[in-house]
Amino acid sequence: MSTILKGIAASNGIAIAKAYRLVEPDLSFSKKTIEDTDGEIARFRAAMDAAKSELEVIRERAGSELGADKAAIFDAHLLVLNDPELIAPIEDNVKNNKLNAESALKETTDMFITMFEQMDNEYMRERAADIRDVTKRVLSHLLGVKIPNPSMISEEVIIVAEDLTPSDTAQLNRDFVKGFTTNIGGRTSHSAIMARSLEIPAVVGTKTATEDIQNGDLIIVDGLNGEVHINPTPEIVDQYKKEHERYETQKAEWAKLVNEKTVSKDGQHVELGGNIGTPNDLKGVLANGGEAIGLYRTEFLYMGRDQLPTEDEQFESYKAVLEGMNGKPVVVRTLDIGGDKKLPYLNLPEEMNPFLGFRAIRLCLEEQDMFRTQLRALLRASVYGNLKIMFPMISTINEFHQAKQILLDEKEKLVNSGTSVSDNIELGIMVEIPSTAVMADQFAKEVDFFSIGTNDLIQYTMAADRMNERVSYLYQPYNPAILRLVKMVIDASHKEGKWTGMCGEMAGDELAIPILLGLGLDEFSMSSSSILKARAQIKNLSKAEMEKLAEQVLQLQTTEEVLEVVKKATL
Amino acid sequence: MVEKQFKVVDATGIHARPATLLVQTASKFDSEIQLGYNGKQVNLKSIMGVMSLGIGKDAQITISATGSDEQDALNALEDLLKKEGLAE
Repeated sequence: MSTILKGIAASNGIAIAKAYRLVEPDLSFSKKTIEDTDGEIARFRAAMDAAKSELEVIRERAGSELGADKAAIFDAHLLVLNDPELIAPIEDNVKNNKLNAESALKETTDMFITMFEQMDNEYMRERAADIRDVTKRVLSHLLGVKIPNPSMISEEVIIVAEDLTPSDTAQLNRDFVKGFTTNIGGRTSHSAIMARSLEIPAVVGTKTATEDIQNGDLIIVDGLNGEVHINPTPEIVDQYKKEHERYETQKAEWAKLVNEKTVSKDGQHVELGGNIGTPNDLKGVLANGGEAIGLYRTEFLYMGRDQLPTEDEQFESYKAVLEGMNGKPVVVRTLDIGGDKKLPYLNLPEEMNPFLGFRAIRLCLEEQDMFRTQLRALLRASVYGNLKIMFPMISTINEFHQAKQILLDEKEKLVNSGTSVSDNIELGIMVEIPSTAVMADQFAKEVDFFSIGTNDLIQYTMAADRMNERVSYLYQPYNPAILRLVKMVIDASHKEGKWTGMCGEMAGDELAIPILLGLGLDEFSMSSSSILKARAQIKNLSKAEMEKLAEQVLQLQTTEEVLEVVKKATL
Repeated sequence: MVEKQFKVVDATGIHARPATLLVQTASKFDSEIQLGYNGKQVNLKSIMGVMSLGIGKDAQITISATGSDEQDALNALEDLLKKEGLAE
C-alpha cells in the first residue's frame, strides 16, 4: 500500500529513487560499571580508530569536491581525535573508575564543550560544535549505530531530512542526489533555493517525511505538484515515469528558446536574468539562455569558512562571472549578511529581531574595512564586463549616499594608483523595505536602477517573519498591497528614465509574471531553471492586455481575488 | 629544555587553521612541547589545549620543548610561525 505526503513544490521535476535519511540517529546509552577495564579501553580505541578512518575518507572526498578550504574543518576534527589531552582523561576514567567508555567519553568531551562555550569569542564558541560532532562520531562506533555521511553516498538517492542546512548541502554528492524532501521549509527556504540552483526536484514542508520514510524505501518526489509517494505501486511508478518523460519533452521544447530574446506577443522586449551565488552557477544561467545576471549574492564568498575572503579572492570570483557573461549585465549585490545568514568569525552579538537588526548595508557602513575590500575587488573587476552594483537593505537616502561616497573614495584611490576601473558602472539599490518603496520617486533621482527583493519586501510590508510557519499565510506576493508598492517603484524609475528589475522568487512565478509584465517591469531575475519557462510564457502574453489586467487587479481587495482574475485571464 | 618567545602578528590570532598546523607539526616530534600564554601552559600537541588559550593579535607566547629532538622541534615550529606570517 503506498502512502502520499503533501508538501510544497519547491523545485520542478520528478525524481524516483531510494530514500536516504539524513536524520540524527539515536545515540542514547546508560552509565555502567565495567569489570574488564582493559577490554573497555581496547573497545574505546577501536571506536576512535574507526572514527578516524571514516573522517579521513570524508576529508579526501571533501577536498577533491569542495576544495581544500572546506576540507580544513575535517582536519580539525581529526586532530581532536588525536588529542592526547582528550584521550588520556577518558582512558584514566575507564581504568580508575571502572566506567564504560561511552560515559567516560561524554564526561570528558562535555567538560571541553562547556569550556569552549563559556569563552567570550563566538568563533571559539563554535568550536564546541566541532567537539560535539566528533563525540557523536565516536559514540556511533561504540554503540554500533550508523550516522549518515552524505558525502559518502554512492548510488542514486533522494535525501529525506528535517531540513537541509547550507553545510549539509555542501556535503552532498551532486551526481547521486536526485531530489530532496524535508519536513519543514517553504519556497524561499535555503533548501528550496538550493534545489532550484542544482535543478533537482524538491518537495519541502511535508511535516512528517522523516517519520514516514525509512532508509531504502522507494520514493517519488513530484516537484510539480508538491507530492511525495512512499513505496508506490508499479502502476504509479509507470505513470510517473511517463509524467517525467512529458516534463522532459516540455523542457526540450522550452530549450529551443535558449538563444532567443524575450519578447511579448505584441513585440515588447523584457530582460530575463538568473540569480547566482557562486561563479559555478554561471553554467546554469548560460545553459538556460539568461540575458543577464540580475542578482549575484556575494555572501556565499563569505560563508562556510573561518575568516574574511581577501580582496584578491573576491576579485577572481567577480572577474570570472563578468568574463563568463561576455558583456551581458551582471548585477552584484554587496554583502548581505545578518538575519538568518550568520558569519561566526565576525563575532556579532545575538539580536532579538535579527531581520530588523544589524545586517546588510547597516553592517557594511559600520564595518567599513570589510565593505571597502569588497568594493575594491568589484571596481578592479569592473573592466572585465558589464558590472552593475547594488546595495541591499537600503532604508534611507542617507544610507545610499554614504555607501556611494565610500565607493567613489575607493574608485578615486584605485584610479590614482594607476588601476583601471570602468566608468560605466551603474549603481542601484535593492527595494525591500517599505520606506524605500514609498520614497521611490526621490530615490529614483539618485540611483541608476532599482531591484525589488520581494522575499523581504513582503515580510516587511506584511510584518510577518518568513521563517515562522504560523504566520506563513501572510506571505502573500499577490496581495494588492504588495502589487501597489511594486507599481510605485516601477513608475518612479520610469519617470526618471531609470529601470526596475526584480530578483525575488516572485519574478519567476507564472501567476505573477502577467501582472509584472503589465506593471512595466524591465528585468526579471530568477532561478536559472525557471528562465526558459518564463520566456515561453511571455511570448504568449500581450503586454498591452497585461497592462489592463494589472490595472484591474490593483483595484481588488484580496490575494484570492487577484489570483482568480489572473488565472481566468491567462491560463 | 629549549624555549623561545614570539609575538603574534596575524590579525585574527591563532585561530583554527594555524592552530591545526602548529599541532600537526608539534605531533611529528617525540619531545614534550608546551605552549605558554598569559600565565597558562598547554600541551602543544593538543588542539583543544591550543585553542582554549584564545590567543589574539599582539599576544606574547612562549614555546618550549624537552626531549631528544627538542631543538629540531623548536626550529620547525619557528619556521612555521614565520612562513605563515603568524608570529615573529
